[in-house]
Amino acid sequence: MSAAGPSQGANPAPPGGSAAAQAASVGAHQFAAGPSQGANPAPPGGSAAAQAAGVGAQHASEAPLLRVDGLRVEIPTRRGVLLALDDISFAIAPGEILGFVGESGAGKSLTGMAVLGLLDPPGRIAAGEVWLGGRRIDQLAPREMRRVRGKEIGAVFQDPLMSLNPLLQIGEQLIETIQTHLAVDQREATERALGLMRAVGIPAPEARFTAYPHQFSGGMRQRIVIALALCAEPRLVVADEPTTALDVSIQAQVLQLLRQLCREQRTAMLLVTHDMGVIAETADRVAVMYAGRIVEIGAVEDVIQAPVHPYTRGLMGAIPTLDETVGPLAQIDGAMPRLNARPEGCAFHPRCPDAIARCREQGPRLVAQGPRQVACWVAGPPQEVAQ
Amino acid sequence: MSAPRNAAAPVAPNAASAASLTVNAVARHFPVGRGFLRGALGRTGPSIKAVDDVSFRIRRGETFSLVGESGCGKSTLARVIAGLDAPTAGTIHFADAASAEHRIQMIFQDPYASLNPRYRIGSAIAEPIRFLKLLPREAVLPRVHELLRHVGLAPADAAKFPHEFSGGQRQRVSIARALAGNPTFLVCDEPTSSLDVSVQAQILNLLRNLQRELGLTCLFISHNLSVINYVSHDVGVMYFGRLVEVAPTRVLFEAPKHPYTQLLLAALPRLDTRGRDRPPIMGEIPSPLDPPRGCAFHPRCPHANARCGEERPELAVEADGSQVACHAVSERRIPVPIHRSDGVAHG
Repeated sequence: MSAAGPSQGANPAPPGGSAAAQAASVGAHQFAAGPSQGANPAPPGGSAAAQAAGVGAQHASEAPLLRVDGLRVEIPTRRGVLLALDDISFAIAPGEILGFVGESGAGKSLTGMAVLGLLDPPGRIAAGEVWLGGRRIDQLAPREMRRVRGKEIGAVFQDPLMSLNPLLQIGEQLIETIQTHLAVDQREATERALGLMRAVGIPAPEARFTAYPHQFSGGMRQRIVIALALCAEPRLVVADEPTTALDVSIQAQVLQLLRQLCREQRTAMLLVTHDMGVIAETADRVAVMYAGRIVEIGAVEDVIQAPVHPYTRGLMGAIPTLDETVGPLAQIDGAMPRLNARPEGCAFHPRCPDAIARCREQGPRLVAQGPRQVACWVAGPPQEVAQ
Repeated sequence: MSAPRNAAAPVAPNAASAASLTVNAVARHFPVGRGFLRGALGRTGPSIKAVDDVSFRIRRGETFSLVGESGCGKSTLARVIAGLDAPTAGTIHFADAASAEHRIQMIFQDPYASLNPRYRIGSAIAEPIRFLKLLPREAVLPRVHELLRHVGLAPADAAKFPHEFSGGQRQRVSIARALAGNPTFLVCDEPTSSLDVSVQAQILNLLRNLQRELGLTCLFISHNLSVINYVSHDVGVMYFGRLVEVAPTRVLFEAPKHPYTQLLLAALPRLDTRGRDRPPIMGEIPSPLDPPRGCAFHPRCPHANARCGEERPELAVEADGSQVACHAVSERRIPVPIHRSDGVAHG
């Protein structure tokens, strides 16, 4: 089913797309030859794949570690099939942090779950591909995917208590995870676990080793979850609202920790958050999502300082700052459409101040605009009609 | 400084007379592990001091905000002020308390939980009007329609149920219901925390406009400093059940004095400071069952000395009108920025 995906429906990538993409991820140097290549449309052999692989400037010299291509997630219901994610394409290089930001229901968490292979049934990947390194992972059997998760992809979720077993000492949980994924004996696993606890900034790890999750504060628990996610030295970490449940002073510590890990261990990270401030401080690039699609993706500085898509612009204006604000906050009237009431054309058009007739009829696709990509008929340059 | 919300002088000479609410040494302690026999014998066991010795004033028509991290006691204080809970000690005095017009209404964080799912929202909004017998029966429905328009909804929405609305619209319904009681005083407890940022902007704009139009006095609770900055005239920073700094909004944000306030502001992720390295923040929030002696912040404070561990600091007034409870500030052990009205802070 997913092989048929790209040429079907919303993603008109030529059949060569996936092959080209595969070549790109295997032959790293070929692809990396020109940093701008990823951003420019139409290298021969499938523009969608190449665009999807476009990683940030400082990471452009490497092949992407994770590449998602034309991902489409559907949720069948009694009243029809809901389209939860539509034509999601992006790539993350080793050591790079790509942030996903958007309102609740925009599909940012779902994107992370789809990468992890943890979609709740009946949700399913209906089209598109997920590549980790040179390997396609969206079609793996559950058993194999379990081995990928934890070993190659670590996960950090919002609520640390949900990720920890309340009946096991945290030392046991760390050792169990380490021994599941690495062939090490008890002593070495213990040493590793202590080292991890030290690395994530838990003071006196020897003394805390036999403590249970409830004996830790929220910030410390989230550090343990991060330590668990890092047990097998994964190449990618999916962090879904990792600091949302934490107070601001603790959030700062955890964000700094995550950033430091990515920098030092070259771990790539997919960071999902609703907080643009967290993105600004932590991520290298950001993908702004709206109603199941990426509407703008680019370097954090670019997107925050000069947002192009009308939704991103509205979002940035709506965020209160610490400066003196005399006038009202910019407001985007209305609310994001529900999955079962998605308007025709661009999903944002009913709330968009710049909408033209075309926006009501056709959904725009992501198109490169300088180093970033934007899906908008008005803000973006003229583009080919999809389908 | 011409913005209306900043117009109030930090310490007006007639501040006391203009005060709508005076909170004096209010405390709310919760006993822990008290058995029924111990209660019967009148013995006092250990207690959690959720709110302790808090005093502040809110001037008529202004918004006073309480900010702090989870567990600092800000919501407990809000409930005590709204009359939903009784203080263990101290007094809460509303200047208008004797007036028949004096009414307090509250807006809660979660609009899903605070609206009855089986009430049409027209009935929910009409309830306070009927209960307080504010209007004759035939005038209730027109008033409900007027309120709905006031908060940006349509009169036709009165026939809908809460589940037919989005989160932001539901919070608008909560606001309409609060306004239905013709309040003179509004307590907003994290009214936008469960909303998305674009919807939050709608609600914040609405609250600010309504306050100006109706001359409401507000107590606003939030953990979000940017939201606080947008809505408040004055801000009180709470830590561990106590106010550690109280200041006019601009003074607080441009010349924060208490080390905890400075920590909060430094820790806030901002749009303009990408990838900066921050000074490491020390320690964890202490356990309320085992509160530190002296200043509750001293175990995490980079400026703490022996005195901070022994003696609890009291709020003291600084030259720019802010009140700070910190030995390091009062002794000038650390540089203390003093706010001037031209917006420049001087250390």
